[in-house]
Amino acid sequence: MALEREDLGHHLVQQYNEDLEKLHSGVLDMARLVLAQFDDVIGALERGDADVATRVLRRDVEVNTMEVQLDRESQRILARRQPAAGDLRLIFAVIKTVTDLERIGDQAGHVARAVIEIDPVTLGHPQGSLLHLAGLVRGMLLAATEAFARLDATLALEVVRQDRTVNLEYQAGIRQLLTFIMEDPRTTSSVLQLAWTARALERIGDHAKNIAEYVIYMVHGEDVRYTSADERQRIEAAPADQ
Amino acid sequence: MRMIDANTMGTPAVTSGAVPAPALKAEARALDFFYGEVQALRKIDLPVWENRVTALIGPSGCGKSTFLRCFNRMHDIGEGRNRYHGEIVFHPDGVDILHRSVDPIEVRMRIGMVFQKPNPFPKSIFENVAYGLRVRGERSRSAIADRVEAALRDASLWDEVGDRLHDMAFNLSGGQQQRLCIARALATSPELLLFDEPTSALDPNATANIEDLINRLKEKVSILIVTHNMQQAARVSDYTAFMYLGELVEFGDTNVVFTNPKKRQTEDYITGRFG
Repeated sequence: MALEREDLGHHLVQQYNEDLEKLHSGVLDMARLVLAQFDDVIGALERGDADVATRVLRRDVEVNTMEVQLDRESQRILARRQPAAGDLRLIFAVIKTVTDLERIGDQAGHVARAVIEIDPVTLGHPQGSLLHLAGLVRGMLLAATEAFARLDATLALEVVRQDRTVNLEYQAGIRQLLTFIMEDPRTTSSVLQLAWTARALERIGDHAKNIAEYVIYMVHGEDVRYTSADERQRIEAAPADQ
Repeated sequence: MRMIDANTMGTPAVTSGAVPAPALKAEARALDFFYGEVQALRKIDLPVWENRVTALIGPSGCGKSTFLRCFNRMHDIGEGRNRYHGEIVFHPDGVDILHRSVDPIEVRMRIGMVFQKPNPFPKSIFENVAYGLRVRGERSRSAIADRVEAALRDASLWDEVGDRLHDMAFNLSGGQQQRLCIARALATSPELLLFDEPTSALDPNATANIEDLINRLKEKVSILIVTHNMQQAARVSDYTAFMYLGELVEFGDTNVVFTNPKKRQTEDYITGRFG
């Protein structure tokens, strides 16, 4: 029985509807904050702006606070409402998703630290090579958030598929960064920072993929974390529930 | 003979589960039931697996208690106006317990029942448990005493009443009275126990005792339980059947029914939505 967006508001107990709606929108607020952190830190990377990077590091505490609040709210609903079926899957997906969002926040922090460490004089602008990767990862993060917002398993499946592209782009990015060191060994320290940055971006892609997988679980009740692409396709193509 | 299999049952959505299917204890086959002109059950096919707890859930009036009572031939009282169509086949002997040739008293020896409110007889604790044995014709005092003790132990009541077996049953607390009724049902060594909302009149501690008892009893008997408390169904049962308007909507592994039911009506009921 697939969970649909409007199902959140159809309980006999109005307060329960409000609790679930609030929890769902709380995750979206957290995702928006994480996305803003991501955009800020990528902008800082592009411009070599250590001030913005420092601000991103400071705001990470807000992300952490939201994770704690949403976990607490999930616990409260579990204890007081004993949710079942689609409602239970929603709560489970929320608890898992906020952990991944918090870790995306941490990865944005890693990028921010790299921006602060990079020496723009010796480096020039090889960070441009990471911007394409950042664009792909941003697309995944945005789509995963939209999939969560709309309970859209089709879009979530698309995010899962994109992860492979991001992984290939990451490997290409690392190879490209190595050429900078070969050209001028003095850039080694800064290029290593960029390699960590590339790694952080790839990890953010993994977290976005995880969130997409939770959305598929929440909607269809099927755990697709360790399933083949064919199996995921089968789940998504399953006939509509009665 | 057509056998019901949890994975291949037809009309209701069957959610396959991790628990391997044990032997069948009983099965309803295309069971209809009529209170006079009113049809209360429609074509129910339901397996009752041996040494497993099967919960029947559904809103008031859905037919779950009516269905449960068919297993004990309780609808026989009704001046001939109540009618069954279909069968309830009891295994391993394959007898249709609804058949006219089958004596309802014999059925009740093999299928015990526990009701919503504890209903001990106005007799001593001992005599309550011994009653069924005497009806069955047991005369040996030592055999009766042994069986009474065993039944009270199985019902987790012996430690509390073993030293006052000849007190009146009404002196027990509500939870103890319900366990006494379970001991009374167990005394004749039934193969299937029917519970009709057995904890709805009990406080949370007494409820926990009964649920714990159900969990242990299933090692010896198969259990069919009607409950209004969905959390109770989720806690105690291995399989769950959701009924609505006299029909079986969905039957499956409780773990699956409570996390990912296949039918919209089931989902709406267990999540407290209006359908």
